[in-house]
Amino acid sequence: MAEELRVLLQYADQINPESADDYVKVGGYKGLEKARSMDRKALIDEVKKSGLRGRGGAGFNAGMKWSFVPQDAPIKYVVCNLDEGEPGTYKDRIICEKNAQALLEGMAICGTAISSKQGYIYCRGEYPFVVELLKNAIKSAKASGALGDFDIEVRMGAGAYVCGEETALIESIEGHRGEPRFKPPFPGVEGLWAAPTVVNNVETFACLPNILANGAEWFAGIGATRYPGTKIVTLTGDIENATYFEVPTNVTLRDVIFTLGGGVKNGKKFKAVQVGGTSGAFIPEQNLDTQIDFDSMGSIGAALGSGAVFVLDETRDIVDVVTRISKFFEHESCGKCNPCREGTFRLREIMEKVNAGRGTTQDMDNLLLLSKVMQKAALCGLGQAAPIPIESTIKHFRYEYLRKI
Amino acid sequence: MTNSINELEADAKCVFLIGTNTTENHPVIGYKIKQNVRKNGAKLVVADPRRIELAEMADVYMKFKPGTDVALINAMMNVIINEELLDKEFITNRTEGFEEMAAVIAQYTPEYAEEITEVPAEDIRKAARLYAEADTASICYAMGITQHSTGTDNVKSVCNLALLTGNLGKPGTGVNPLRGQNNVQGACDMGALPVTYPAYQKVTDSAVREKFEKAWGVSLSPNNGLTLTAAINKAYSKELKGLMVIGENPMVSDPDLKHVEEALDNLELLMVQDIFFTETARKADVVFPGVTFAETDGTFTNTERRVQRVRQAISPRGGTLPDWQILCELSKRLGYPMNYSSPEEIFDEMKTVTPSYAGMTYTRLEGKGLHWPCPNEEHMGTPVLHKEKFNRGLGLFHAIEFKDPAELPDEEYPLILSTGRNLFHYHTGTMTRRSSALNKHVPENEVQINPATAERLNIVNGEKVKVVTRRGNIEVKAKVTDIVNENVIFTYFHFSEAAANMLTNADSLDPVAGIPEYKVCAARVEKI
Amino acid sequence: MISLTIDGREIQVPRGTTLLTACRQAGADIPTLCYDPDLRLAGSCRMCVVEVKGRRNLVAGCVTPAENNMVVETESPDVVESRKIILELLLARHKLTCHTCESDGSCKLQDYCYRYGVTDSRFTGEFHDGPHFSKEDANPFIKRDYDKCIMCTRCVRACEEITGAQAINVMNRGHHAKIATIFDGNLEDSPCVFCGQCIMVCPVGALTSKVAAGKGKSYQTEKVLTTCTYCGTGCTLELNVKDDKVVGVTSVRDENWSPVNRGALCVKGRFGWDFINSSDRLTTPLIRENGELRPASWDEALDFTAAKIKEIKGEHGPDSLAMFSSARVTNEENYLAQKLMRAAIGTNNVDHCARL
Repeated sequence: MAEELRVLLQYADQINPESADDYVKVGGYKGLEKARSMDRKALIDEVKKSGLRGRGGAGFNAGMKWSFVPQDAPIKYVVCNLDEGEPGTYKDRIICEKNAQALLEGMAICGTAISSKQGYIYCRGEYPFVVELLKNAIKSAKASGALGDFDIEVRMGAGAYVCGEETALIESIEGHRGEPRFKPPFPGVEGLWAAPTVVNNVETFACLPNILANGAEWFAGIGATRYPGTKIVTLTGDIENATYFEVPTNVTLRDVIFTLGGGVKNGKKFKAVQVGGTSGAFIPEQNLDTQIDFDSMGSIGAALGSGAVFVLDETRDIVDVVTRISKFFEHESCGKCNPCREGTFRLREIMEKVNAGRGTTQDMDNLLLLSKVMQKAALCGLGQAAPIPIESTIKHFRYEYLRKI
Repeated sequence: MTNSINELEADAKCVFLIGTNTTENHPVIGYKIKQNVRKNGAKLVVADPRRIELAEMADVYMKFKPGTDVALINAMMNVIINEELLDKEFITNRTEGFEEMAAVIAQYTPEYAEEITEVPAEDIRKAARLYAEADTASICYAMGITQHSTGTDNVKSVCNLALLTGNLGKPGTGVNPLRGQNNVQGACDMGALPVTYPAYQKVTDSAVREKFEKAWGVSLSPNNGLTLTAAINKAYSKELKGLMVIGENPMVSDPDLKHVEEALDNLELLMVQDIFFTETARKADVVFPGVTFAETDGTFTNTERRVQRVRQAISPRGGTLPDWQILCELSKRLGYPMNYSSPEEIFDEMKTVTPSYAGMTYTRLEGKGLHWPCPNEEHMGTPVLHKEKFNRGLGLFHAIEFKDPAELPDEEYPLILSTGRNLFHYHTGTMTRRSSALNKHVPENEVQINPATAERLNIVNGEKVKVVTRRGNIEVKAKVTDIVNENVIFTYFHFSEAAANMLTNADSLDPVAGIPEYKVCAARVEKI
Repeated sequence: MISLTIDGREIQVPRGTTLLTACRQAGADIPTLCYDPDLRLAGSCRMCVVEVKGRRNLVAGCVTPAENNMVVETESPDVVESRKIILELLLARHKLTCHTCESDGSCKLQDYCYRYGVTDSRFTGEFHDGPHFSKEDANPFIKRDYDKCIMCTRCVRACEEITGAQAINVMNRGHHAKIATIFDGNLEDSPCVFCGQCIMVCPVGALTSKVAAGKGKSYQTEKVLTTCTYCGTGCTLELNVKDDKVVGVTSVRDENWSPVNRGALCVKGRFGWDFINSSDRLTTPLIRENGELRPASWDEALDFTAAKIKEIKGEHGPDSLAMFSSARVTNEENYLAQKLMRAAIGTNNVDHCARL
């Protein structure tokens, strides 16, 4: 029987997230203290050893990422990705609203590890109240002396989905058009204002205080071995308990939906679930007994991504849902690279045609061909992932398409 | 230029522009300066009476009163000397006359100069420091420095500044006049000057003269000739009887056009050789149709002394002849045959009497050209001058006192009129006014007037106004803009129908160079 | 040096070399649209994608560093398929009026479609409803036909990195992204200086010269390298000649042939050439007779002038004659002009407009 395991959200609603003093009372800033007492290399090794992997989407080992930062650079930056643009995702907002100080502490730990004095939080434009909250939290933390000489500034986005991509986010902080850069150079080597920059997600940073305070082994022992720790998932769609849960990473999708989530709403039958946000694959019933960790999700062609869990009941029209998603990507493509700029437009065009009952099997072939080329050749994750909902539903729900042709 | 153009993009850590609106008059050099500032973080100091485009990106911009260049530069030197930013080693080893110069400079404190130039003393200090503290600093100037009754003094002051800081003889430094016409450098090099043969060999030097007498097989005049402006005056006084004009348009380009017109009318022979029926050709007794650069072979020498090929692309239009053939035909009829089968043959003769071109051949000029001096065929040319020593040995400081421009504003003519060029036109407009797109884009002249002045005169933007000086008046569209100060107006000289040189002052020439004071005369603006 | 295998051929390149350079060194012909050796890399057209063994996705050669022991294929089925689909995607938004296009024959999109046999696009939806991107711009210099634009952004980068004008940038997003001035206005109301560097770098026919329009396609013209006739900078430009007429100006960017400007020009150099063909050109000598100038033969005009010069010289001496030579004519002609005055007439009264 699956249960919640609250680590990041342990003191949710018991402390004032803005207040550094409240946070210290429940053991906060111990991790940072520990980190500061450690040798820089030992600190990075500790984080590596914990097995903490990025909670934003790519699932890269956090300590490893930090270790790429060249130490001789005079200026380095810590950047927190709070763009949270995936529809159906709001875990980062929850972390901020319940435990903002842990985020600040995590960023300061990273700052210690890479000897950076400046952090930026890039907050999505739709969260003005979170910006306020974070500014107050930073003020409180600075006043308490907990952050020492590490400064954090909050920057606000303007609503572009692509700015969740780390290099587009950096461009946006710099005041440019939100367009991804090519990699390499990776931000760890040449990021914000051409200085080495670590970009991590809110949840990744928020894991760090406990890792330092309780030790790497403690963290590595939670959840799935290769993707340890907890994960906050947000449930949306046709689900009874449309809310968020913090779970160990070895729970199965079925547990998340049927145990914690209370099953499909109104007693209807399950049809599909999309995990990780709009660019995630649609997963049919037969794959629900998979663990939610990054690698297990990958094995069924899905991505854990941001932890969004979007449930569709038996009455939902998959083709219609995917058509809407294709419209979303057409709108959010930045337009920099050819495959994504034109590809998202043509995918939407063809999906609308199919959805309206005017499609042919040739259109489905074209969708698959275009999907393949976009995944292979697009510049950034947006263009590479945009066709996944289409490709996965043609694979698992082909009959729904054929019904409309 | 003492140095080469590409150094302005790559090597100069500081660029000081004075009297050059580079992005309009030398656009490609302007691009390079911008890139140096943006990409390499080079410092930019701009001094110009108008807030030109490059002023916007300058670290220091000094909007000085027209004609006060010497005071401004002296004050910069005052700061450099007083703050010990000077290059003592360079001054000791490579220059002379420092003490005399420093004695004059002593009184030009930034505060004193502020009264003359209207530039805040603090800006002069900042500019001086930026220029002097940079590892390599380049000065560029154009007609804003030279077209004054004190033009020679202005140039000497600019040289003083470079000598004082050792900014000569290395890449990224130098005193760099940006020359306004494709081959003005070449025309000078070739001896189209009244006092020198090719390569600046003096006509009054008997050894030189003997050399040319031998080469050309005739005896030559030992006397200096007339400058262009002096020739016009001599024509006016009827001492000059015949004038041959090749590809020039004094009826638009020269100062005080009424005076020019009367002078030309007095001539017994006016021969004009041009591609168009110019304002000057209309007054001619005989007109020869020449060709454009597209119809001839030859070489041009650009502002950085780089000699480059001009290649014939099309046959001469209509019944025209290349200018070199016209000159040969005329010479033959004057009893002095000059027989050449091609421009290359002329070049090959020319280089035998022109030491700085001696090492050049058309073959060697293919591709990248060569910077003179290039004394022999093994020599790779000289992009940077004065590396080890100056032409005269030591660099000479000149003690220069500030002098007012010749014609100052007064009650009757309360404004300072300055003239210059526009990005879309060139010189007297002979070519650009007949280039369909350029002339469509900028079809008429304008006079730039400060908003406060315009308001006082009850003039609105775009309104036709009359600009009046002691020489004459023109009607021209008012452009109300704060790029000029309240006491300054500015107009272009490309437009013969509203010719700026109806207004300019022909009496106030620089005593050495004979250059007219196009940049300053007294004027007033009248509402029509 | 590192070594890698490209299309089965092992080659060595210095560390830091891009795959594009390495592939070209290995003899592979890699297509590119957004790549420009003089401009900041964009990595956006994705035409230069190649397959690197062990990588899930294709990589863009222009922005990917070559690594030791890489095994690269430049024309694998996936690579060719991707390039073809990218071309089809571009064709779908491209106004296919090649027959009247100024860039016909010098268009990279055309060349690559030919190379990969892309005759038509399978994506035949919305564009054919009518043009989306066209921009009427009244300026007399630059035609902006954005229905031919492939969004390579070379114009944007050239405007910023060569000229420094920063007049244009990308506006809007996704398929609707286009090149625009601020607030999508006309070039005249932007910082544009009409240098035409954007035309120089445009790989298709989206940006063309209005002055040269209709006068000849690139392959129909002979290019003659020469030095500009305007200011003293001494830029190298190419006169485009067709039927013994100058029909346009282009430039070369090779430093060995364009040492001062490396292809960059200004508005006068690039667009101010049609005075050469002006009907105002003087085509015959003129002699003043009874107060009027009338056409004359060369012999008549030259004889008349020579006689007059001799007469003045005889009566008033050589110093009563003067010549204004020209800063516009060649060195050779200036040399002759002063030689004529000094040797044939006997005076040093020769000057030119250096002072004006």
